[in-house]
Amino acid sequence: MHAPRSENYLNASVGIRSWLLTTDHKRIALLYFAGITFFFFIGGTAASLMRLELITPQPDLGSPDFYNRLFTMHGIIMVWFFLIPSIPTTMGNFMIPLMIGARDLAFPRLNLLSWYLYIAGGLITIAALLLGGVDTGWTFYEPYSTFYATGYLILAVFGIFVAGFSSILTGLNFIVTVHKLRAPGMTWYRLPVFVWSTYATSLILVLATPVLAMTLLMLLAERVLHVGIFSPQFGGDPLLFQHMFWFYSHPAVYIMILPSMGVISEVVPCFSGKPLFGYYFVVWCSIAIAAIGFLVWGHHMFVAGMSLYASLAFSFLSYLVAVPSAIKVFNWIATMHEGWIRFDAPMLYAFGFIGLFTIGGLTGLMLAALAVDVHVTDTYFVVAHFHYIMVGGAVMGFFAGLHYWWPKISGRLYPDYWARFAAILAFFGFNLTFFPQFILGYLGMPRRYQSYPPEFQIWNVLSSAGASILAVGYALPLFYFAWSILRGPRASANPWGATGLEWTTSSPPPTENFPKTPTVIRDPYQYDHGVPCMQAKDD
Amino acid sequence: MTERTLSFQYSTLQQERETVTLGMWAFLATEVLFFGALIAAYFSYRIWFGAEFIAAAKLTKVALGTANTAVLLTSSACMAMAVTTHEAGARRSPVLWLIATALLGVAFILIKGTEWFLEYQEHLVPALNFDLGRRGGVAEIFFMFYFCATGLHALHLLIGICLVSWLAFAIGTDRLKPGSTARLIGLYWHFVDIVWIFLFPLIYLAGRNG
Repeated sequence: MHAPRSENYLNASVGIRSWLLTTDHKRIALLYFAGITFFFFIGGTAASLMRLELITPQPDLGSPDFYNRLFTMHGIIMVWFFLIPSIPTTMGNFMIPLMIGARDLAFPRLNLLSWYLYIAGGLITIAALLLGGVDTGWTFYEPYSTFYATGYLILAVFGIFVAGFSSILTGLNFIVTVHKLRAPGMTWYRLPVFVWSTYATSLILVLATPVLAMTLLMLLAERVLHVGIFSPQFGGDPLLFQHMFWFYSHPAVYIMILPSMGVISEVVPCFSGKPLFGYYFVVWCSIAIAAIGFLVWGHHMFVAGMSLYASLAFSFLSYLVAVPSAIKVFNWIATMHEGWIRFDAPMLYAFGFIGLFTIGGLTGLMLAALAVDVHVTDTYFVVAHFHYIMVGGAVMGFFAGLHYWWPKISGRLYPDYWARFAAILAFFGFNLTFFPQFILGYLGMPRRYQSYPPEFQIWNVLSSAGASILAVGYALPLFYFAWSILRGPRASANPWGATGLEWTTSSPPPTENFPKTPTVIRDPYQYDHGVPCMQAKDD
Repeated sequence: MTERTLSFQYSTLQQERETVTLGMWAFLATEVLFFGALIAAYFSYRIWFGAEFIAAAKLTKVALGTANTAVLLTSSACMAMAVTTHEAGARRSPVLWLIATALLGVAFILIKGTEWFLEYQEHLVPALNFDLGRRGGVAEIFFMFYFCATGLHALHLLIGICLVSWLAFAIGTDRLKPGSTARLIGLYWHFVDIVWIFLFPLIYLAGRNG
């Protein structure tokens, strides 16, 4: 459809400087892709070593101290350097200007600065983890992290502090862009849901991350100066640290899942050939999740010694946040109802997301109940629950989006057979890895231990076997995407028959995104008997 | 004033002006939460250790703190005058107002430094020379908050002084591109002022009414 040598953002300029000093949001998205992939496989390696260790009840690979460092590394890398930046900085960066008909983000240089802060923070943290590691777990609970922990805690925390500014600047950039750079005719209610959910995510990034920054600063002050703020030895309150930590870190869960929900809301209408059911509900549920998400942090602390009345309130609010999440699931299913469903790879990942997110969400309700939570706190039940949300939900959404927008980003198609195979493999591998952990947790196996009683071995072996399948499912895309870049057939502007503005420009897009600023004439996801009606006016 | 071309991503000058202004407000929202976290932690201990915190707060130099409040409020008035005169098209008066703003900012830092030096002499600096035996652990927590809050505020003010000095230079030498720069720096300056308006009663005035 397009001449092979047409100028686009990939070949507009060449050389390493043209990438490292670029202010093009599409190139910065690719820089982020490189960083995200690197950290994902570092965090994944740590997880693989943990699953290897847990095949037998007794210690095999190293000391308990080594195991402590492994799960800390896995948690820190996956939370701050993969999950939180994953979809917003890559697909958000690439797609938001395209979806709203803008030429770039509002502050392109700030966008590049965000990437450098992310990489700097990541390298500082990796250095800390390689020099000797940290043994506190990713939660840095006081007074353990300030007076008892060994290792390079100061460096690791500083790295996270630096990366936090990357989050803040990215969120700020998205908020301002969505408010001010929409194309003519792109009203708020014509915005694709991915833009809405990234907007909701950005609100959390801008409002929650500074609280983490301040909390980490106080932790650093305490550790460096050996003076109490949170330490009971000096009359301080370690519970206050947990309150402040989770005031950020629970909304951070929604930073991870909301962009994935946005991706699913794009993929499901496209591959069902139908408008998204209940657009207004999906949109406002994103905002509601972002808002209520700020009020539920106490459910991480039910056994920490918080007052019973506070626990009751947090329990109730945690049930409440499930309502908008459930509404979204029902809307996706209603969208598929009587649709022209196509089972391409992005849709298979979306199916995976919906199923796994539902299991993760329902077990979350169980954990929001005070009595059940007391029984399973700090067991593998909790581990399984949040991996169903973060891996089954957020990572599945990441792969759904990656497969959906890959032709637009790279200008190439990928082998659909292998992509479907990888999606199915990841789904089965995931369930085999994490479903046994629900059972383990319910039977009483605590998290963060290297050794365990022999009766738990069978479930751990199943889980480790699943992890090896999951690893293959995650590694496969590396190969067929590499093949796609080298040999893949060229993609047309709109290979999936979607309706958004990003599909009206060529694949890959030119540097300025659109030859001429598009004019938006209709709502997103409009189909006439399965035939897409594009949002932009045809010239 | 020098002519300039519109940045690549905007279609009109007004769009650019609205965009950068919203960007600054979003940044200030982040800053509110940043200081807000510290103030929330402080509140929590202020309620829990009421008597000890009041006793510790009495050791702060309230006269110097009050003087500093006056200095900073005056600087904000100067900043407001600078932005207004600049936007009215004047050349000379915004530069003078900005110099006054920066000098008042420097005066604030000097007074603050004097306070810190006096507190050092009285063995009130945690980790350095805090007199734990005489004052107790809770007083040390109070002074941790005191130094964190006033230190971070002073850091923000230093950044503000640099921005204001640069702005005075840019306007004076006619190098400022037309746009919202003066207004944005003004917003930042007023924010730093408002942070102090919260810190002053919380730290200095605790329990001084009786």
